[in-house]
Amino acid sequence: MRITQGTFSYLPDFSDAEIRAQISYALDRGWPLSVEFTDDPHPRNTYWEMWGLPMFDLHDAAGVLLEVNQCRTAYPDHYIRLNAYDAAKGRQTIALSFIVGRPAYEPGFRLDRQEVADRQVRYTTHPYAADRPAGDRYRAS
Amino acid sequence: MTERWHAGVIPYAEMGYWKPEYEPKDTDVLAAFRVTPQPGVPPEEAGAAVAGESSTATWTVVWTDRLTAYDNYQAKCYSVEPVPGTQDQYIARIAYDIDLFEEGSIANLTSSIIGNVFGFKALRALRLEDMRIPLHYVRTFQGPAHGIVTEREYLNKYGRPLLGATTKPKLGLSARNYGRVVFEALRGGLDFTKDDENINSQPFMRWRDRYLFTMEAVNRAQAETGEIKGHYLNVTAATMEDMYERADFARQLGSVIVMVDLTAGYTAIQSMARWARRNGVMLHLHRAGHATYTRQKSHGVSFRVIAKWMRLAGVDHLHAGTVVGKLEGDPNAIAGYYDTLRLGSTPADPVHGLYFDQDWGSMPGTMPVASGGIHAGQMHQLLHYLGEDVVLQFGGGTIGHPMGIAAGATANRVAVEAMVKARNEGRDIFVEGEQVLKAAARHSRELDVALATWGDVTFSYEPTDTPDAVATPTAL
Repeated sequence: MRITQGTFSYLPDFSDAEIRAQISYALDRGWPLSVEFTDDPHPRNTYWEMWGLPMFDLHDAAGVLLEVNQCRTAYPDHYIRLNAYDAAKGRQTIALSFIVGRPAYEPGFRLDRQEVADRQVRYTTHPYAADRPAGDRYRAS
Repeated sequence: MTERWHAGVIPYAEMGYWKPEYEPKDTDVLAAFRVTPQPGVPPEEAGAAVAGESSTATWTVVWTDRLTAYDNYQAKCYSVEPVPGTQDQYIARIAYDIDLFEEGSIANLTSSIIGNVFGFKALRALRLEDMRIPLHYVRTFQGPAHGIVTEREYLNKYGRPLLGATTKPKLGLSARNYGRVVFEALRGGLDFTKDDENINSQPFMRWRDRYLFTMEAVNRAQAETGEIKGHYLNVTAATMEDMYERADFARQLGSVIVMVDLTAGYTAIQSMARWARRNGVMLHLHRAGHATYTRQKSHGVSFRVIAKWMRLAGVDHLHAGTVVGKLEGDPNAIAGYYDTLRLGSTPADPVHGLYFDQDWGSMPGTMPVASGGIHAGQMHQLLHYLGEDVVLQFGGGTIGHPMGIAAGATANRVAVEAMVKARNEGRDIFVEGEQVLKAAARHSRELDVALATWGDVTFSYEPTDTPDAVATPTAL
């Protein structure tokens, strides 16, 4: 399965030029970028690992793209996302966030159901990858 | 004793309700009314009558006024101007002292401002066009239970309009079949599905069964995509006790959002907003019934006023028009509604129908919802007119897809992502939108089929409710 988190998951994966165009859009608006990665794509996993601090002072699209590619090289079997952050009053949140790297094979999620009283079911979304230890989840065995 | 206090009937204007020299205070509640006086009634007297009947006055002089600081409690009509292009309509601006209103109560605010005066015989018609709610009064309201920013962070969805669909047919499906529509639409790529306004708890589908099957569908779709999904479970019912019971059950099942209809009433909506804040569940409001009083230009209440009241009341979502869909909506007027819901402050802007500066302080924004007769082929227009902080709801435009509901959902998601991408790349999507969609359809058969099915469907009728305080061309 293909995890569809992020702004552009229903489009074909972006080329470097396409990523760079989105970086430029963010920089033009004064939104600093940051790169994050994880091997736990649970939809409620809010805090992915940070690839360094948000690049508050990097205003060069090529430089941001370089960071993306260095993260991809270091973590070829992880999910990697690029975030643009809007610190304006009344926003102070992410303005754009899209996946720029994903494992070659995405096993997806198991839905666990616990039947309780009154026909109710308690649901748990379980990433298959999480059965293996962190750091070892998407490596070809 | 002055003439003012003689027993009997004197004109409202002479009772202090017409004060052209009055300078509104920062703390005053201001209202702009479109007044159509009966023949022979001077416009200033009509404006004064509105001020009087919506504040302290009755039809005759009463000596008990003199027991009060009546100057303070009397509303003041401070300006009356003819509406351009009409013979008999005037915009009357009226200032109300903040002490006239109970803190944090939409019911009280509306009982004053629109309570009695709309049936007043000396007026042929009356419409409340806009209000300025002073920040001092804004701060007495809860406001949106979560607001746009928290909603995005809760859903982990940024940078694009959210997508939804209303389950169709809106009446008649059994709970099990209903859940099928929800599952297919969500797994195909929508963020939300929705109960329609009249889905409550009917013989063909009781609410509890619907909630159970729907949450099975939501959770399955979440596991299949790795994304947070939601379904607006309508909790509208005959009593607050029933509504709380339904909302509590939705919360217990893990629903991220519930919905209520405007027909439930302002107080019920405020109660649900408080419940939603307390329980961490978002609140969607369907504006069922609004067009009975918002649509006609000469009489009723403008939707921009309803939008203001509902943001104060505390809803997270409010239907606010599509511009291009099947339901009434002038582009300029809708821009005014969207700004009113989303921005921290809006300056007076006659082109968009905004009569006053409005400051919301730090009250969060309400997410506008565009629903009714829209489809993937209009994505460039939707993004152009409505922007990014909006839920685009494609009911027929998802469920009616020839390849099935999930394909319809995918077509909409591909279209919105392709359009946001193109816009961010600097392309003029309003002009090049069709090319952008066609290019995206080359890698999405779902979108290709959607464009072939609905690509040329439009709803081009003259809107009935357009801003006209200044002469302005309609944008469509």
